[in-house]
Amino acid sequence: MSMTAWALRRNVRRKSYSIFIRYISSSASGGRATVKPPNERCIEKVLVANRGEIACRIMRTAKRLGIQTVAVYSDADRDSLHVKSADEAVRIGPPPARLSYLRGAAIMEAAARTGAQAIHPGYGFLSESSEFAQLCEDSGLTFIGPPPSAIRDMGDKSASKRIMGAAGVPLVPGYHGHEQDIDHMKSEAGKIGYPLIIKPTHGGGGKGMRIVQSEKEFADSFLGAQREAAASFGVNTILLEKYITRPRHIEVQVFGDKHGNVIHLYERDCSVQRRHQKIIEEAPAPNISEKFRASLGQAAVSAAKAVGYYNAGTVEFIVDTESDQFYFMEMNTRLQVEHPVTEMIVGQDLVEWQIRVANGEPLPISQAQVPLLGHAFEARIYAENVPKGFLPATGVLNHYRPVAVSSSVRVETGVEQGDTVSMHYDPMIAKLVVSGGNRGEALVKLKDCLSNFQVAGVPTNINFLQKLASHKEFAVGNVETHFIEHHKTDLFADESNPVAADMACKAAKHSAALVAACVSAIEHSDWNESNHGKLPSIWYAHPPFRVHHEAKQTIELEWDNECEGAGSKLVSLGVVYQPDGSYLIQEGNDSPSLEVRVTRAGNCEFRVEAAGLSMNVTIAAYLKDGYKHIHIWYGSEHHQFKQKVGIEFSEDEGGVQHRTSSETSSHPPGTVLAPMAGLVVKVLVENEAKVDQGQPVLVMEAMKMEHVVKAPSSGSIQDLKVKAGQQVSDGSALFRIKG
Amino acid sequence: MLRLLGRRAASATSAELTRWRIRPGTDSKPDPLRILRGLQKGFCVSVLPDGIDRNSEAFSSNSVAMEGILSDLRSHIKKVLVGGGEEAVKRNRTRNKLLPRERIDRLLDPGSSFLELSQLAGHELYEEPLPSGGIITGIGPIHGHLCMFMANDPTVKGGTYYPITIKKHLRAQEIAARCRLPCIYLVDSGGAYLPKQSEVFPDKENFGRVFYNESVMSSEGIPQIAVVLGSCTAGGAYIPAMADESVMVKGNGTIFLAGPPLVKAATGEEVSAEDLGGAEVHCNVSGVSDYFAQDELHGLSIGRNIVKNLHMAAKLQGGFGSENVECKEPVYDVNELRSIAPVDHKQQFDVRSIIARIVDGSEFDEFKKQYGTTLVTGFARIYGQTVGIIGNNGILFNESALKGAHFIELCSQRKIPLVFLQNITGFMVGSRSEANGIAKSGAKMVMAVSCAKVPKITIITGASFGAGNYAMCGRSYSPDFLFMWPNARIGVMGGPQAAGVLSQIERATKKRQGIKWTEEDEEEFKKKTVDAYEREASPYFSTARLWDDGVIDPSDTRKVLGLCLSAASNRPLEDTRFGVFRM
Repeated sequence: MSMTAWALRRNVRRKSYSIFIRYISSSASGGRATVKPPNERCIEKVLVANRGEIACRIMRTAKRLGIQTVAVYSDADRDSLHVKSADEAVRIGPPPARLSYLRGAAIMEAAARTGAQAIHPGYGFLSESSEFAQLCEDSGLTFIGPPPSAIRDMGDKSASKRIMGAAGVPLVPGYHGHEQDIDHMKSEAGKIGYPLIIKPTHGGGGKGMRIVQSEKEFADSFLGAQREAAASFGVNTILLEKYITRPRHIEVQVFGDKHGNVIHLYERDCSVQRRHQKIIEEAPAPNISEKFRASLGQAAVSAAKAVGYYNAGTVEFIVDTESDQFYFMEMNTRLQVEHPVTEMIVGQDLVEWQIRVANGEPLPISQAQVPLLGHAFEARIYAENVPKGFLPATGVLNHYRPVAVSSSVRVETGVEQGDTVSMHYDPMIAKLVVSGGNRGEALVKLKDCLSNFQVAGVPTNINFLQKLASHKEFAVGNVETHFIEHHKTDLFADESNPVAADMACKAAKHSAALVAACVSAIEHSDWNESNHGKLPSIWYAHPPFRVHHEAKQTIELEWDNECEGAGSKLVSLGVVYQPDGSYLIQEGNDSPSLEVRVTRAGNCEFRVEAAGLSMNVTIAAYLKDGYKHIHIWYGSEHHQFKQKVGIEFSEDEGGVQHRTSSETSSHPPGTVLAPMAGLVVKVLVENEAKVDQGQPVLVMEAMKMEHVVKAPSSGSIQDLKVKAGQQVSDGSALFRIKG
Repeated sequence: MLRLLGRRAASATSAELTRWRIRPGTDSKPDPLRILRGLQKGFCVSVLPDGIDRNSEAFSSNSVAMEGILSDLRSHIKKVLVGGGEEAVKRNRTRNKLLPRERIDRLLDPGSSFLELSQLAGHELYEEPLPSGGIITGIGPIHGHLCMFMANDPTVKGGTYYPITIKKHLRAQEIAARCRLPCIYLVDSGGAYLPKQSEVFPDKENFGRVFYNESVMSSEGIPQIAVVLGSCTAGGAYIPAMADESVMVKGNGTIFLAGPPLVKAATGEEVSAEDLGGAEVHCNVSGVSDYFAQDELHGLSIGRNIVKNLHMAAKLQGGFGSENVECKEPVYDVNELRSIAPVDHKQQFDVRSIIARIVDGSEFDEFKKQYGTTLVTGFARIYGQTVGIIGNNGILFNESALKGAHFIELCSQRKIPLVFLQNITGFMVGSRSEANGIAKSGAKMVMAVSCAKVPKITIITGASFGAGNYAMCGRSYSPDFLFMWPNARIGVMGGPQAAGVLSQIERATKKRQGIKWTEEDEEEFKKKTVDAYEREASPYFSTARLWDDGVIDPSDTRKVLGLCLSAASNRPLEDTRFGVFRM
């Protein structure tokens, strides 16, 4: 009865109300396990051993259930949203994760100090550490997650495959042996055949994973994977697997309780990935039959049952689109990043389920009662540099305006405007989750939300996600893990396509004209405001007075021209203040001018009419590195410009220290700059060494991703000053090649 | 009926009343309903009636004539705005230098107004064109402080000083000194124009006066700031050297008493301009300059910073400024001033129709309305500033002159700035007038105008002839600002009158000498005189010689007055002491 009431209460808020009543009534006499009284004591206070959006998201559910929340934080997160969202917060160490969020002992201490009875690990960090789960249990704390044994079994990829094989779950051909000698591995690789994939037996999220196309590449990749595995997970054992050329990544959400019930909540398709990390996920998977869906679900439930699983888990399968075979890949014994898409289509709160299961309650519904409500997408918005191969980016979120949430739009975020995306943690800014009655509806919403999702201060993948979501193959659900690779000519700015380049150039110039008009309007109203009462208003009248001519100003904007390859392009715009208050914008001297009328609607919002077309425009501006960076959003366009600022706006004291735009290019020719902020892990050559073009020189690591810095040309290495273990900032000089 | 409504509305709350106020920035089309509402509410009894007949022949012929005059004016302006010609401008750009007006734009607060002075100085004055006299001057705000800008135009004869250049520079300094405006010198000049050295160097109001003014203003606490954006050779070197603070731009800015050629001639030393007097030398070694700028934009932004730190608030006490009240636009269209302005000066019109289009809410409280009716006097506000307005409605009679003197005394006593709307052919002549002592009455008004220690601004809207020019605060009476409408005429008397007088004298001379003077000869003589007078009475002739501060579009009159009043409101308050009035 209490179970029914719970389900009812949960769903009254959802549109699926009537469907749900039907499910409940039809299962009233279902052969479910009898309801046992819950644990002697329910969780009243939970410590969330995580940060960012997931910590916020967990606390939100906890609060709704009346459970008090405790946050833990490193020094880097002192003022972050997850700390503010918690009833109490405990500092656990300096910024590096291994000294804070990965320190189980510190977290135990925090729990003891605040009297939390349970720990929710979120995802990442300690979520899949069986030792930590065990430590919780041993300390008398409830670990909100699966039993330590299941984590251990599934955490070792080789062991998990043995267990799965025994349980009759299909496996990809591969080598999962203990013998890790490189020659032995090489011969095993030969048996499986190339291409194949190398991955650490521990960990996940694509870290340390490498695809090897031929025997020639094997040794390098193998050693790199070992090193990365050791750095990330502390264990460097590696496994080999057959590489499926046109695979889909489909995973099944499973849930078990402590009474032996395991159900699945349908699958998610997470095929669209970059750097082996998911960026767009959806549920349910498109273009699969009901039968296939049922057998996937069944296999996942069998997998979970084989390890005595309870709480939330995900069974990942690789689906060979050519043979329609699916193979078990791994099981993630945690709540996944992309769990909201499942929540959207089943109308449930999985964190609530986790807590209730941890309290010993049985699952609220049976397999037959799991509804399937339409379709949902999740797009992960990252601070990253898409043109630089999706390298993680860091910086301050000078302007951050996620879309408005509704019953069909969720924004999971752990940051606010003004926060810093630091190099210490995952650079994900937010998850945008949308749902619709069907895939088409949901996709329309996704595209709309992406075009309205505003981030300025750090580069993001939003434009890229928009292109992905708008791709015709994506629209029909033809997804596979090499989607981005296969469609790269459509998805990336293409230098060789003059038509596309010209269009991009025109769009950027049009945006620049709108920016010039809005900047003039902002300047005017700002000065008018700051003048208030000092001088008669006529000195700041609009348009400004001139004797027998119209006031004019020149605004020079630099625009990073992705299309024409190298560097930025300077657009010089003349702004004429017309007597009727509008602006006449002209680029150069001969191009046609554009009449723009601007009405300020808010701090950043404008209603802009350009050549008879009127629209809403948002402008965000901030100062960085001696430049004023200006972003503009309208329709589905988003452009970014830089404007050189005079001394009065910059921090600079002027005089000899004044920076000029040429300073950035003041490095001697042949200088190689750090592609991202990060740690130098290894320096492979010495000063004066001769290198060939493309030869690795050093290895950097940021956000736990390794990045090899290669020689851009042949020559000798000069001015190599960085050492292994050294932290370098984005764009700092690493070394120089003398040809 | 109206009166009844008015009485009923007298009890309306002030909140209700303000709702009817016209906000600044709203367009100023005449809205009869708005006026009627105002009258009904009974609060603006001072609103002037419209006063013009838009269907009249005068209205339409004036409109057409003014359109022609204005297009003529704009074509002259267009020429001077481009500076010293395409080639020179191009050369300027290649040196990474902006044009002087662009330099000023970068110094001004973004999107703020700029009151440029004497744009047509030097117009057809010399054999060669000298656009804007080779120097751009004007007033505008930096960080909310009004400043006087003086920017050499290096594209015009290398920024050298012609006689008119000096006159324009000195005029700007005179205004700055009077209105206590910080001076910003944007220096880029080769110094005196040597071929005319006798006209630019030795006299009192010549080149040396520039530095004299700098020193005296500095001593009075009026900041003197120089930004060296090009060469400052010889005399020019003293502009930054005399300044309180100076900025130099690397590469372009040089300061030296003698340039490399002269140094070589004098001492045999061979040295580059940059090594001789570049920014590095003067900022690091000699100390002639205080701020080192990497480029022009940097230099100009340093200039803005200097003004930011002037701390002018500490130096201001009192002033003529009215408390800033919300100001209303006139209820009539200011553009109609173009149709009111008479091209034919014999044509009569009511000066109140001009006043109605330049004062806040068209509200004018007239003083002594029924007495001396050819002079209109009264109080109004312009952009919130209370002013006393004196306008001509015909020739000056005894009574009008006495009324004028009375009103000026009143405004001086109360520290109210005066605005003169000049359209005057002179004082009444004739035996009756002389017997009534017109000279005595005129003297009273001239005395009052001369001695009044309040800001005075003169707009010549039509005729400016004879002693009328004196009584109505012509150039000799040191108005703080004087502007002309493009239809205006100025001279000791009208051409035909002068021709008449001169031909009478000529005829008498000829007769004495026994020379025959035919009708044709006389007509020829008269025509020559009329033509010369006509040419010299033209506003272009006047403005080229700096007899005024510029020719303005009648529809800009309100704005120009607002800007001038604001600039003049910083003048220190002084009590007026009049001389001996002949009673």
